[in-house]
Amino acid sequence: MYKILNAEQLAANIYLMDVEAPRVAKHCLPGQFVIVKVDEYSERIPLTICDYDTQKGTITIVFQPIGASTKKMVSLKAGDSFEDFVGPLGRPSELTEMDPEELKKKRIVFVGGGVGTAPVYPQLKWLHEHGVTADAIIGARNKDLIILEDKMKAVSNLYLTTDDGSYIRKGMGTDVLKDLVQNQGKQYDICIAIGPMIMMKFVCLLTKELGIPTIVSMNPIMVDGTGMCGACRLMVGGKVKFACVDGPEFDGHKVDFDLAMKRQQMYKTEEGRALLKAQEGDTHHGGCGNCGGDK
Amino acid sequence: MGDVLKKVPVREQDPQVRATNFEEVCLGYNQQEAMEEAERCLNCKKAKCIGGCPVSINIPAFIHEVKEGNFEQAYKIISESSALPAVCGRVCPQETQCEGQCVRGIKGEAVSIGKLERFVADWARENGIKPVPASEKNGHKIAVIGSGPAGLTCAGDLARMGYDVTIFEALHKAGGVLVYGIPEFRLPKDRVVAAEVENVKSLGVKIETNVIIGKSVTIDELLKEEGFEAVFIGSGAGLPMFMGIPGEQANGVFSANEYLTRNNLMKAFREDYDTPISHGKKVVVVGGGNVAMDAARTALRLGAEVHIVYRRSEAELPARREEVHHAKEEGVIFDLLTNPVEILADENSWVRGIRCIRMELGEPDASGRRRPVEIPGSEFEIEADTVIMSLGTSPNPLISSTTYGLDVNKRKCIVADEEFGRTSKEGVYAGGDAVTGAATVILAMGAGKAGARGIDEYIRSKNA
Repeated sequence: MYKILNAEQLAANIYLMDVEAPRVAKHCLPGQFVIVKVDEYSERIPLTICDYDTQKGTITIVFQPIGASTKKMVSLKAGDSFEDFVGPLGRPSELTEMDPEELKKKRIVFVGGGVGTAPVYPQLKWLHEHGVTADAIIGARNKDLIILEDKMKAVSNLYLTTDDGSYIRKGMGTDVLKDLVQNQGKQYDICIAIGPMIMMKFVCLLTKELGIPTIVSMNPIMVDGTGMCGACRLMVGGKVKFACVDGPEFDGHKVDFDLAMKRQQMYKTEEGRALLKAQEGDTHHGGCGNCGGDK
Repeated sequence: MGDVLKKVPVREQDPQVRATNFEEVCLGYNQQEAMEEAERCLNCKKAKCIGGCPVSINIPAFIHEVKEGNFEQAYKIISESSALPAVCGRVCPQETQCEGQCVRGIKGEAVSIGKLERFVADWARENGIKPVPASEKNGHKIAVIGSGPAGLTCAGDLARMGYDVTIFEALHKAGGVLVYGIPEFRLPKDRVVAAEVENVKSLGVKIETNVIIGKSVTIDELLKEEGFEAVFIGSGAGLPMFMGIPGEQANGVFSANEYLTRNNLMKAFREDYDTPISHGKKVVVVGGGNVAMDAARTALRLGAEVHIVYRRSEAELPARREEVHHAKEEGVIFDLLTNPVEILADENSWVRGIRCIRMELGEPDASGRRRPVEIPGSEFEIEADTVIMSLGTSPNPLISSTTYGLDVNKRKCIVADEEFGRTSKEGVYAGGDAVTGAATVILAMGAGKAGARGIDEYIRSKNA
């Protein structure tokens, strides 16, 4: 059993938990993820790691209830336990493997959206600890959905934006990135985008135009997280890749997002789709017609 | 007494009834039937059946005890060689192993060794008979990676020798392929698998689930930091293969691993579990092995019309005869000498069919089987909303790529000798599908036994 030490609600439908998992905490690096399971009857839920404390042996997860099992997670309190908690899964961010001196020369921008803000944080924190302060563009639908603002500010140059203009500025993350590069003379060597697939797709379309190499973190459906089921397969540069073992981070300019978004729909029930629309409605306005988010 | 040339028939659930439930197909022998079948054993002096068994169970000896009604004694004899008799009695390919060697088989039907083994193991469980733990512990810590047939066997044997054994399992439940791969209707999970895992634990073996070796901890750390003196790798062959044909990424195309894991490990067939699964109306399973039969019969039970598409003919089907027979009885349709060339998807990227080409058998290939050759211009379509790829699996490189000095061959299988499971790295032993590529439960168990012998010898020589 994996004890929950702290459970809090970050925003309307976003929750954070610190969970005791010493083996995971000892080995995890930014970019990796875990799989959690509430009880015997629950699904295995892949979740990105928001923070980790090697000393205390804890992992911080952030999640949004969507299906039956994630809804169960909402009812868990500090002192309760997960039946299963496994990781760290996937490969660490390429940044953690770079030569530290080379890394210091890199001009890095992150674009995070929605609950995708959470996995951006450990990367910013890690970079900060290694002497790099990156720019971070974080978008949310409205003011109430902004999460981790203070923590992010402490380790990055933070640019917040809201779709409806209820906080700081109005616009999408892509608008901010475009503005920084085209009007404010910013130059970037690398962009890392983490968030809903449709957001990552549009960030990639923009960065291709701007000539910024871009890494995305894919979050497809998966079961075991170790390469066994093949449910998480993606097309990257015309080749089949498994997000769980080959990723989750990939060259965003090579990912077939339209296919990935279709595969994301595989097990969506009518109920689930309705809920998604209610929650992420505005992030589904990409107009590509492929994501199925409004179907 | 019936015809002595024939096996005492085993009771099975009616095909039409069982095609709609997940209860066990084969009901097994009762005491009377078992004793009657045991009478058929000729108790050969040079018992060839023992040589046909990868774990060398003393078959005539245990059958003799069954004949006499000494079921507990029969269980003790089997337990000396096998940690998982209730499993093996159900899933071993006996026709090519022990029963394939049986003298009775020359003129009639072999003795039903598998069904007798199953009877003895089930009787022992129902009567609370447990294997006997080692009387003395020797204090040496051994790590076993994977809780499938190889790992459980190796751990059980080492524990009986007095070792302090911990099994590390990547999934949330112990049993490996016995839990995620083989369906409930062939191998009941709670009643049989969990009970056999408990038996191994009762020997003193500890099992830590949710530990992925190579991610949560490495083998080098187990050896250097956690005080383990040797490691046995029985991590299986978990990576699914796909065909690489167009349309394979469409929604509704699954690996057999995913489909079976959702249903077996995650119990999607039960209403009280959250796990979703595709309830196809028309399912095509590609492949002809035991896993393909399992996937097909699972889809059937979930309410689909099911076709098996296999590129060779019936004679070459790699599945056990009994599985093919059961699948047919239940209504699975076999499209043989047929090979998929493309998966067809609708405008929303969901499977709508599969385009196949007819095959004929040519000259024998490297496997000794006649090579299937395409018949030009014979392409046709099968309507389907779900396609399950069951083309085999290969070992996961997670362990080999994170263990310093561990050699693998070009198929990513760990290189280990057959006799002791020795690898290229000192103190590290391996066996089962991780070494051979996908094979059978019993071969993995044989390799687990070899690994236990190897580790015992290694620890003894190191401490001599």
